[in-house]
Amino acid sequence: MGEIIEFTVNGLKRRIEVEPNELLINVIRGKLGLTGTKYGCGIGECGSCTVLIDGEPALSCLTLAIEVDGREIVTIEGIAENELNHIQEAFLDQGAVQCGFCTPGMIIMAKYLLNKKRNPTEKEIKEHIKGNLCRCTGYINIIKAIKEAAEKMQNSNVKAISKEL
Amino acid sequence: MKAFLIEESVKKLEVVGKPVNRVDALDKVTGAAKYTADLYFPGMLYGKTLRSRYPHALIRGIKIGEAEKLPGVAVVLTAKDIPGEKRFGVVIKDQEVLVSSKARYLGDGLALVAAVTEEIAEEALKLIKIEYKPLPVVSSPLEALKEESPKIHEHGNLIKSYRVRKGDVNKGFSESDVVIERVYTTQFVDHAYMEPESAVAVPSHKGVVVYGSMQHPYSTRRVVASTLGLPLSKVRVIQTNLGGGFGGKDETASIICARAALLAVKANRPVKMVNTRSESMLESYKRHPYIMRYRVGVSEKGEIKAMEINLLADGGAYASTSPFVLWRSTVQATGPYEVPNVEISSKVVYTNNPYCGAMRGFGSPQVNFAVESIMDELAEEIGMDPIELRLKNAFKNGSETATGQVLNGHVVSIRQILRKARETSNWEGKRKLYKVQKGRLRRGIGIACCYRGVSLGAEGKDFAAAYVNVTEDGGVIVACGIAENGQGAKTVLSQIAAEALGVPVDYITFLGSDTSIVRDSGPTVASRGTIMGGGAVKEAAVKVRMKMAEVAAVILKTQPEKIIFKGGMVYDKENPEKHISFKELARRCYKKTINLSSIGWFRAPEIYWDEETGMGTAYFTWVYSANVAEVEVNLETGKVKVLRVYAFHDPGKVVNPKTAKSQVYGGVAMGIGYALLEDYKLEECIPKTLNLRSYRLIRAYEMPEVIPVFIENPDPVAPFGAKSLGEPATEVVAPAIVNAIYQATGVRIRSLPVTRDKILKGLKER
Repeated sequence: MGEIIEFTVNGLKRRIEVEPNELLINVIRGKLGLTGTKYGCGIGECGSCTVLIDGEPALSCLTLAIEVDGREIVTIEGIAENELNHIQEAFLDQGAVQCGFCTPGMIIMAKYLLNKKRNPTEKEIKEHIKGNLCRCTGYINIIKAIKEAAEKMQNSNVKAISKEL
Repeated sequence: MKAFLIEESVKKLEVVGKPVNRVDALDKVTGAAKYTADLYFPGMLYGKTLRSRYPHALIRGIKIGEAEKLPGVAVVLTAKDIPGEKRFGVVIKDQEVLVSSKARYLGDGLALVAAVTEEIAEEALKLIKIEYKPLPVVSSPLEALKEESPKIHEHGNLIKSYRVRKGDVNKGFSESDVVIERVYTTQFVDHAYMEPESAVAVPSHKGVVVYGSMQHPYSTRRVVASTLGLPLSKVRVIQTNLGGGFGGKDETASIICARAALLAVKANRPVKMVNTRSESMLESYKRHPYIMRYRVGVSEKGEIKAMEINLLADGGAYASTSPFVLWRSTVQATGPYEVPNVEISSKVVYTNNPYCGAMRGFGSPQVNFAVESIMDELAEEIGMDPIELRLKNAFKNGSETATGQVLNGHVVSIRQILRKARETSNWEGKRKLYKVQKGRLRRGIGIACCYRGVSLGAEGKDFAAAYVNVTEDGGVIVACGIAENGQGAKTVLSQIAAEALGVPVDYITFLGSDTSIVRDSGPTVASRGTIMGGGAVKEAAVKVRMKMAEVAAVILKTQPEKIIFKGGMVYDKENPEKHISFKELARRCYKKTINLSSIGWFRAPEIYWDEETGMGTAYFTWVYSANVAEVEVNLETGKVKVLRVYAFHDPGKVVNPKTAKSQVYGGVAMGIGYALLEDYKLEECIPKTLNLRSYRLIRAYEMPEVIPVFIENPDPVAPFGAKSLGEPATEVVAPAIVNAIYQATGVRIRSLPVTRDKILKGLKER
């Protein structure tokens, strides 16, 4: 018998029935059709399935759907306020995308990091994406992209503030 | 046509050579890009495979009754339900989509289930009863060759052998001042693409449409069609976004696609199959482990006199591309050096290990590790600098390879690369600096270089097709049989189309691979996407441009030869003020009912190979590379840290510096994994590494600084001079690291991967 849970996904309230043993990744992908979140390993080693739950990164392949009752989830599809955010733009500009399979998880981790810290060091960036595997890029352009996004965000903050003044 | 092509070579390039952003990246950063597992169809079922419990066993019986009765199960299939060919294989048809009477490795599939959910399908697998008769296993290639060993296939355990004989090695060794003999070994490596194999098959009128994660949709089509007993035209294979391939998604993809298609046609409903990571690691083919014995003689001045090389590769349970992989290893085994006397014997054999096939490098990383290690060992023996020894023997234009091919028609740039490497990496300074060190952290610098035959060479038919269509509003639709594997094919082929048509790259819309639209273009492997696909795209685009030039000439009142296409405008070369926009010209052509679509066909130049003597022109052109690695080794723990890798490559012409650098970064990452981390371990043919925890891939914090350096010598046979980069990027990383470790520690590691234990053991024995 399933249970009804209510949670917010990318700003929208959802109410769905889930099985007690159902994994969050399967609910997000199969029931909500948000396929940007990827299955890569099923044991939390690759980070492809990372989403934000109440602002904290979580591996949706290891999270039970019932655990997110009443909570707020952000997936890659809900990461941008407008068309693209600075992180996504920087991933394009820096050539941080190849096959693209790890990209959603990487961008989610970058979002989490930059929410927490405006100007992370290279070491901090590497530390934050150490749980996200990538087989194509050697991480170099991903790290550059996260740095560039941080800079752009700071610049746009400065602009926004100076406008207000 | 000729006039255009000549003009092409001299004009300044507008789009080719520019760091254009990837044309497929936008969907990938928003999560909108659909990969195969992301597809859902109404009424879709989920398929699962039952695999063998033993790595070598006779199958006495399969009982599926209980599984069929489970509510929610639609279809259960075994080998006897296959309507078409039971066997497939690129070279030897020795493999089955479902095994009928004998399992030869743990990844072999025995039965398939399609059910309304994945969970029910998995439940049903447990209800299938198999009666096995386990057989003794063959777990190593040395064992495989013994008379008394079990025969894995009826035709014996030898898959393929080659011989190359040039000059007289005995004479060469007698002329040598120093002769050394060493054995080098390498491990099994998993492709570990981030996306496990997946397929969705949808029954269609008298056929099937298969969406899949594959890098050669046409070979998938071949296997699906033969398995289902359908003509090729009734099997439409559409490549979705591919989450990494690296050579691995050819046969492995064919299997999962054929299985999904069997289930879909039988159930008359769409069927999705997605491998879990452990299923992927169990079933998919690997990089071949090699045992390599090298005996090399040099004069005291450093001239190589003779090489005697023995290669033995573990092909695992099925032949797959083993004959081709071993052929490349054999052809390239001497490294990029002039060797007057050569004897190479190579063999690849069956075992009950996972089968081995194509993986980025395709037989070159193994022999490069051996030959580039022994070059350093020789340099040490005769007291010569490793780069000096390489320069002394490296090919130049007109040099003859071990197989008797005279290198010409392109710039043989290995010497240029070695000199550049020496200068850029401050080689001499660093070698000297690291010679005298104290303390527990020791640094070293090492080099390795290679030459690589471009594309398939004499191993296969080499051609590619493309389709270019200029719409009435001046947009350009391009399709090509070359697949986007994540490497950036759509982007560089868009650039080539844009360059040939003189339009900005955003005029181009590049379609995904669909076997029913473009002709078979061979596999997207062998670093052939840019040269072969680019050749075809360019030809198609030039044909369309010529038609447009004729119309433009009438409008601008001049001759077609004087028309120039540039930046979306079309000019009279002599009176540039006379011009028309590309878009307006397309509209005019439409009004005049001119056909602005064309097919391009690019065929590799003729080559010749004699199987008996092992001599011939193995490849129509070659590329050259070198890597310099700097490492730091902790003498107490044996831990190796790679500090810096300089990557020198001559890909002919860099089409896109941004994607080219990306290729190099990723290639170096994979090469470091090969050198230090990755090891697909087995015990008596049972894999011990079936997840990404025990199978270690490099992580972000372990990546060194990587400095790509491109040395460009455009190749006259290639589109805008552009050849290959994908595989060179990874194939000399490991030996450069191993040579650097030797300088740092004095420990020579001859078996990959280099582990802390091997270093500590070496330090003790030193």
